[in-house]
Amino acid sequence: MVDRKYVPLLVTIGLFILMFLAGSLRYPGFFSLQVFMNLLIDNAFLLIVAVGMTFVILSGGIDLSVGSVVALTTMLSASLITEAGWPPAAVIPLVLAVGILFGWMMGAIIHYFQIQPFIVTLAGMFLARGLCYVISINTITISHPFYTHMALAKIRLPGGSFISISVVIALLVVALAVYLAHYTRFGRNTYAIGGHESSAVLMGLPVGRTKMLVYAFSGFCSSLGGVVFTFYMLSGYGLHTVGLELDAIAAVVIGGTLLTGGSGYVIGTFFGVLIQGVIQTIITFEGTLSSWWTKMVIGLLLFLFILLQRVFTARSTRSQSV
Amino acid sequence: MSENRPILQMFGIHKRFPGVHALNDVRFRMFAGEVHALMGENGAGKSTLIKVLTGVYPVDEGSVEWEGRPLHLRSPLEAQQAGISTVYQEINLCPNLSVAENIFIGREPRKFGKISWKAMNRAAEALLAERLNVKLDVTKPLDTYSVAVQQLVAIARALNISARLLILDEPTSSLDRDETNKLFEVMRHLKKQGLAILFVTHFLDQVYEVSDRITILRNGRFVGEYLTDELPRVELVQKMIGKDLELLGGMPKRTAAPGEAKPPYLRASGLGRKGGVEPFDLTIGSGEIVGLAGLLGSGRTETARLLFGADRADQGRLVIEGREIRLDSPRKAIDRGIAFCSENRKSEGIIEDLTVRENIILALQAHRGWFRALSRRRQEEIADEYIRALDIKPPDPEQFIRNLSGGNQQKVMLARWLLMNPRLLILDEPTRGIDVGAKAEIQKLVLSLSREGMAVLFISSELEEVVRVSSRIAVLRDRRHVRHLTGDDIQQTTIMQAIAGG
Amino acid sequence: MSVRWWNKPLFWPLAVFGLLLLLNLIFKPEFFAIRYQNGHLYGSLIDILNFGSPLAIVAIGMTLVIATRGIDLSVGSLVAISGAMACLTISRGDDQHALSLVLTAVLLALLVSIALGLWNGLLVAGAGIQPIIATLILMVAGRGIAQLITSGQIITVTSKPYNFIGAGWLMTLPFSVYLAAAVFLFAAWMTRKTSLGMFIEAIGCNPTASRLAGIRSRSILLAVYMFCALCAGIAGLITSSNVSSADGNNAGLWIELDAILAVVIGGTSLSGGRFSLTGTLAGALLIQTLTTTIYMLGVPPEITLVVKAFVVLAVCLIQSPSFRRSLTRGIPWSPAASGQEVSRHG
Repeated sequence: MVDRKYVPLLVTIGLFILMFLAGSLRYPGFFSLQVFMNLLIDNAFLLIVAVGMTFVILSGGIDLSVGSVVALTTMLSASLITEAGWPPAAVIPLVLAVGILFGWMMGAIIHYFQIQPFIVTLAGMFLARGLCYVISINTITISHPFYTHMALAKIRLPGGSFISISVVIALLVVALAVYLAHYTRFGRNTYAIGGHESSAVLMGLPVGRTKMLVYAFSGFCSSLGGVVFTFYMLSGYGLHTVGLELDAIAAVVIGGTLLTGGSGYVIGTFFGVLIQGVIQTIITFEGTLSSWWTKMVIGLLLFLFILLQRVFTARSTRSQSV
Repeated sequence: MSENRPILQMFGIHKRFPGVHALNDVRFRMFAGEVHALMGENGAGKSTLIKVLTGVYPVDEGSVEWEGRPLHLRSPLEAQQAGISTVYQEINLCPNLSVAENIFIGREPRKFGKISWKAMNRAAEALLAERLNVKLDVTKPLDTYSVAVQQLVAIARALNISARLLILDEPTSSLDRDETNKLFEVMRHLKKQGLAILFVTHFLDQVYEVSDRITILRNGRFVGEYLTDELPRVELVQKMIGKDLELLGGMPKRTAAPGEAKPPYLRASGLGRKGGVEPFDLTIGSGEIVGLAGLLGSGRTETARLLFGADRADQGRLVIEGREIRLDSPRKAIDRGIAFCSENRKSEGIIEDLTVRENIILALQAHRGWFRALSRRRQEEIADEYIRALDIKPPDPEQFIRNLSGGNQQKVMLARWLLMNPRLLILDEPTRGIDVGAKAEIQKLVLSLSREGMAVLFISSELEEVVRVSSRIAVLRDRRHVRHLTGDDIQQTTIMQAIAGG
Repeated sequence: MSVRWWNKPLFWPLAVFGLLLLLNLIFKPEFFAIRYQNGHLYGSLIDILNFGSPLAIVAIGMTLVIATRGIDLSVGSLVAISGAMACLTISRGDDQHALSLVLTAVLLALLVSIALGLWNGLLVAGAGIQPIIATLILMVAGRGIAQLITSGQIITVTSKPYNFIGAGWLMTLPFSVYLAAAVFLFAAWMTRKTSLGMFIEAIGCNPTASRLAGIRSRSILLAVYMFCALCAGIAGLITSSNVSSADGNNAGLWIELDAILAVVIGGTSLSGGRFSLTGTLAGALLIQTLTTTIYMLGVPPEITLVVKAFVVLAVCLIQSPSFRRSLTRGIPWSPAASGQEVSRHG
């Protein structure tokens, strides 16, 4: 008998395996380690961003600003490197700091002024997107050797497949996030706040500090995702990653995290991102299907998972006092 | 029991809120190793006293002595640190976390900054076994357990903060008999370990079952402190309600018209709801006022909610005007001519964002549906009529209802339901928090309504009032309908004896 | 408690609106110039009305949804779907200029919108899913549906009657302005002349008390989400007919956010209850004026986003009780105070 709390996670993993197998049976050349690795390579930045989003959603909030912060990061990096001639060693820490500060400020406004996260991060989304255009309304390409190296470098794995450096970064972030979520007070407090915020206050937990940290962590993940995205795109542009916040939220929900907070796993998000990747890959292999099917399938999965969550929460509230 | 020195002593405590003297020269003390019941009806000051004791409110006047030293609490956290822990009725834990985490979160055992789950689980198991004498799988999420177990986990968390005074605020209100027994076992176990337990409950039986000492408050004042064994039940009830049996004597009771042969408007048989009120029989005839008497939390409101369809009955039958009906929504009840004025005016009655006029016509308009809207002129006529009839102040139909006083909000609620011209009017504490004049007016109104043929179910904590208006009375104790009184039995003394039980 | 003038819901949007107009008066007096040409009025003010009408229409629907304590994130997708549906129908017709074809297309587009609104409503009122989550589904999937309808292309139509909806003129003013006015009047009539408005406010303000008063909240929620979708559908028709084409990808992008912003600026609280359609209209006009002003001042239009960000924050801060408290009392916010606040409804 499996513990009830793992059911959504197992559904997610099962779904991923099923989809991957279905693709393998249908298309020759699908079932290979490299196809799997490509899922990671193409979605490394999304994975990083979604990990940050997982914490925000676990705490019962939402962060709409992630896509814009990624774009701002690419823009800031590109202009500092290409136009101002800064070395990457200075640019990368700076953009990460900007992301953290950005997230922390949103968290502070949410906490101190008790404004809905939805609205505050919406403002953050406008702000970050707008700041991109303040820097430039055009694409700025990056041709710094460090970035091109990061873009092209392949890490060979036994078995003939390879991954990019971005994948290594993304996997490190996932590992760090799992540790944070399960083995630190910050992580447990995040779960507690998402489970029942007023209880968390009465239990004497540092609710305000934790919330600000959660948004700061999401800001960090967004800017790191932005750095990885520049490795991938080698450019900064204000229209990069429009709508990424939706992909990230979808990945988190499909990964089995409760949108109302308090329940879910970083590993689930990992598979949520992979499922989105698999859908895209299947559609590419199919050839005749068009890209918009991705959105429809993701929408359908969202619906199913939200319904599943609804059933679960209905059951657990019934066992509580009325 | 060590009678030497109390660990907690409070003297001359005053706490004032705008318009209310919530605690007026109250004293209170607790000894280690005893269960102390704090008793009182609505507005007695129990919850204010607890909030003072747990650092939620600062005291205005008076001194608190804790373990021989003066104590000034500024926050709940300080109270916890001093060793005063509270377990509330609505459990303040995180349902999504494991039992062990709920006990330890915020002070998890760590190794090099990494939470040691093994150590935490082991410590939680040990704590539950040694202090509470219960065995649980502490790795499971809290919401997989019943409320009773969650209650125990909350106690364990409180103990983990090295509490010496444990406040249990209505811990048994949603527990069944077995669960309550288990909790009492735990309480006795803790008592033996020298813990002082402050027990707040509405159940008289439980007070006599588990407590050693009783403190009674009434209207924000200290009434007395007694050893449980030396205080007969009837006296306890008298002191809570504030009536002396001898003084009351046999007050003459208005002669109620004896039940005529015509069938009753409403007949409930074996109607009940688990966790709400035990199955009961009740009939209400047209033109009859039936009173529900009982202490706070005795199941009065729950009875009313079942009759109005606000809660769904899980057993029994309800016959209205000769036809059996299943009430599963207030709407259905309203369609059958039932109206219900809730005791929770703010959360279940008024709509703060709407004006007096809109609040008055709301139920009638809901009944008509949205397209058959009452014309603005008609609405104003109705509002003016009821503002005049019930003397609602200020007499401005366009005033937002949130700006009215409690008594006037109550009158608006009455207006809303009188407008529906109901066959049965259920009034839950219609006169609470209302000045004497308005109170008499409402009572007069109820009597005249019944003379016109309306059936009324009248719920009130004030026995005088129930006796004055009711032609029959159902008495409730501990979620059960224990007695029906008619005719000459309708006296405060008999009601009190029924409430106290044996 | 008397309401002071700066606390009136309409004060702040109108004040900012006035400030914007003043800015224009000082720096770009030609902003106020209105020319009369070929029986049409031209000028920045007319442009604001014209380009602002889809936003105003969506925002009116959103107002009612927000008043019930809900939110509808899917309106942007619905704008795209409605335009795509209409253009697809017209492009398949034999004679694109036939009025009957255009009417069929419009009807079909609006019916699809209402059906999708019903879906949202069922998720919220029937399945009891939080509105923000329930409408997220259609927000994501709706874009896919729109692209499915257009097959990922931009469908261009040449229909004159269709083009009239978003680009035509009637009695010197753009036709879309009349549409916006009609939607506004209809919504005002529905909410003030029937009792729908009162029920919406009751549900948004106190769902429990509303249930005990016998209000059927389910049917009202369904109606509100359907109306909001209908508004989005109309806005979609205007947007797509204005350019005689349907773009499943970009039509109505971000309009949900602008609409929510307009509602909030207009003084309707995100926590439901009392709403103001006039306020929303003012909010929508304010947003459009802002965009136009920035454009007129020669600032790159993308910068609008930065300004919007600050407007959102400013409006929300003004509405936040904690912020007001910290301003008026000058006392730093303390966690203990908030703890009590949270625990009260916990």
